[in-house]
Amino acid sequence: MAWDWEKLQQQKKSHGGAGPPKVDEMFEKIKGMRGKFPGGAWMIVVAIIIILVGSSCFFTVGVDEVGVVQRFGKYVRTTPPGLNFKLPSGIEKATKVPVRHIFKEEFGFRTLEAGVRTRYAAGSAYLNESLMLTGDLNVAVVPWVLQYRINKPYDYLFKVRDVNGILRDLTEATMRGVVGDRSINDVISKREEIAVEANVALQKELDEAQLGIKVVTIEMKKTNVPEAVQPSFNEVNEAIQEKEKMIYQAKRAYNEVIPEAKGNAAKTIKMAEGYAISVVNRAQGDAARFLDLYDAYKQAKNVTRRRLYLDAMQQILPKLGKKYILDESQKSILPLLNLGQIGGEKK
Amino acid sequence: MKVKFLWIFLAIALIAVYSSAFTVDETEQAIITQFGKPVGQPIKKPGLYFKIPVIQLATYFPKNLLNWDGEPGQVPTLDKTYIWVDTFALWKIVDPLKFFETVNNLTGAQGRLDDILDAAVRNLITSFPLIETVRETNRNLTSLSMMVDQQKIGGSLGKVTMGRKKITLAMLAQAEPKVEKFGIKLIDVKIKRVNYVESVRKSVYGRMIAERQQIAEKFRSEGKGEAKMIEGDRDRDLKRITSEAYRTAQETKGKADAQMTLIYAQAYNKDPEFYSFVKSLETYERGLDKDSYLLLSTKSDLLKYFEQYEKAAAVK
Repeated sequence: MAWDWEKLQQQKKSHGGAGPPKVDEMFEKIKGMRGKFPGGAWMIVVAIIIILVGSSCFFTVGVDEVGVVQRFGKYVRTTPPGLNFKLPSGIEKATKVPVRHIFKEEFGFRTLEAGVRTRYAAGSAYLNESLMLTGDLNVAVVPWVLQYRINKPYDYLFKVRDVNGILRDLTEATMRGVVGDRSINDVISKREEIAVEANVALQKELDEAQLGIKVVTIEMKKTNVPEAVQPSFNEVNEAIQEKEKMIYQAKRAYNEVIPEAKGNAAKTIKMAEGYAISVVNRAQGDAARFLDLYDAYKQAKNVTRRRLYLDAMQQILPKLGKKYILDESQKSILPLLNLGQIGGEKK
Repeated sequence: MKVKFLWIFLAIALIAVYSSAFTVDETEQAIITQFGKPVGQPIKKPGLYFKIPVIQLATYFPKNLLNWDGEPGQVPTLDKTYIWVDTFALWKIVDPLKFFETVNNLTGAQGRLDDILDAAVRNLITSFPLIETVRETNRNLTSLSMMVDQQKIGGSLGKVTMGRKKITLAMLAQAEPKVEKFGIKLIDVKIKRVNYVESVRKSVYGRMIAERQQIAEKFRSEGKGEAKMIEGDRDRDLKRITSEAYRTAQETKGKADAQMTLIYAQAYNKDPEFYSFVKSLETYERGLDKDSYLLLSTKSDLLKYFEQYEKAAAVK
């Protein structure tokens, strides 16, 4: 930017060079005129006065403002934004009031540097503003922001002497009234409700005091308990977490076992049902077989008995390991058999 | 020469007009004093006014709402709690003449208001328990402790019979007649801040901590209790489910066994002897294998033909 600065200096110099001669010329002209017009010097004084007076005859009011005009101290009119005229100073006085601008008052903290990462002044410095008694006689730290705008310029300018001071006092008193009727728990968890109620109450107070101010919004910052008490409040939260954890753990243990047990139970029952079906079916089968056999047997009892007996023997005998046939006449067979040895041989 | 006199006269007239004219602002009221003594009626309406130059002086007083901010002071409440009370009041000068004669200026007024309002604040704060100053109504407070113990909170705090608003109104009523003689009208008295004094604050913090810890302990114990309950449920449900299954299974089996027995009985009752014959044969077939020895007598039915075929027929 250095070159820019130099350029500017140069420009200034060139203008300065041209300036003084012009002034000199003017004086020359004035001197010349003195001869031509009687009372010329007076005319110049009058002209200067006229210029001064004339320049105080108009004023511009910004887009977000209105102009309030007083004549000899008495309010006469309010003007809209734009170029406005008035009687010269000494007679009429114009005050601009930014009616559309939103003003901000902070309680319990101060913004040091607004921006992407806003910095706040240390909380303890403004603790007096935010320290409050709650309805259950506990102590809470309640910081908040009041946003307002001027809605009645006349009241704002003339009805109250120290608008800002009274506004802050009224706001603090109102907020303490609202917080004073709530428990510490409500103060911490129902900030929105407090903001709404404080807004309504404060507007009423402001209207009564005729401050000419409209509350735009009351925004609660993080409400808390004093620092000394915070650990114990956190302890409660931790205890709640702990409680839930214990319950979940117990539920986990429950869920680990019960659904499986239910499955097992169903299995046991189904197995029993299977057993029942099997037993009955078998019985019915056996019975049917027996009855069918019996029906046939009835037709020829003797021969069937024989056949059944002999059939069975036919089945059995080949399966047997050793068979001994004893003759009636030979009585002493048993001593000849060594049962143990046979068993051993088999192995 | 005549022209010069005219100029001088004009100049004097201008100065005279200029020094005799004065304006009263929208926010102001004025009285005219002559050698320090007020003259005529006070001027309450804004605009351009005239007075006698040099000997008369205009004294201005604010007409709009003024703020009185009290020094925060230590006050005990009826229940002997020491608190800091910071109050403020809104007031107006309604009779500038009286105001001028009695307190003269704003600083003087501030001093008188300090005396009167401080006394009123002190009187009323000390005649009520703390809760009256803090609370406005008797609305229900929801609190964590309420979940723990319902009666405790309502009992220890007491009922609000006045409330902050009525107390400040009483302050106003008490102070108002006293400031009237100064030409002052009190519009409102308000409590800006109420706080515990340092020593009380510490014990309050202690109480708050103890209260929280008790709640925390309650939660922990609730957690343990509920966990135990669930453990109990688990045990009970497990046993119930298993035993119910066992019972159902046994019942089913029993019924089946009974049915089976009935079926067998019905069938075998037709000829028990034949049943035992058939069953015996079946048992032999199943029960005998390679490891079995068989000693058969030639007398047996099976081998009766082994010796001779004739005799056997005869035996039978």
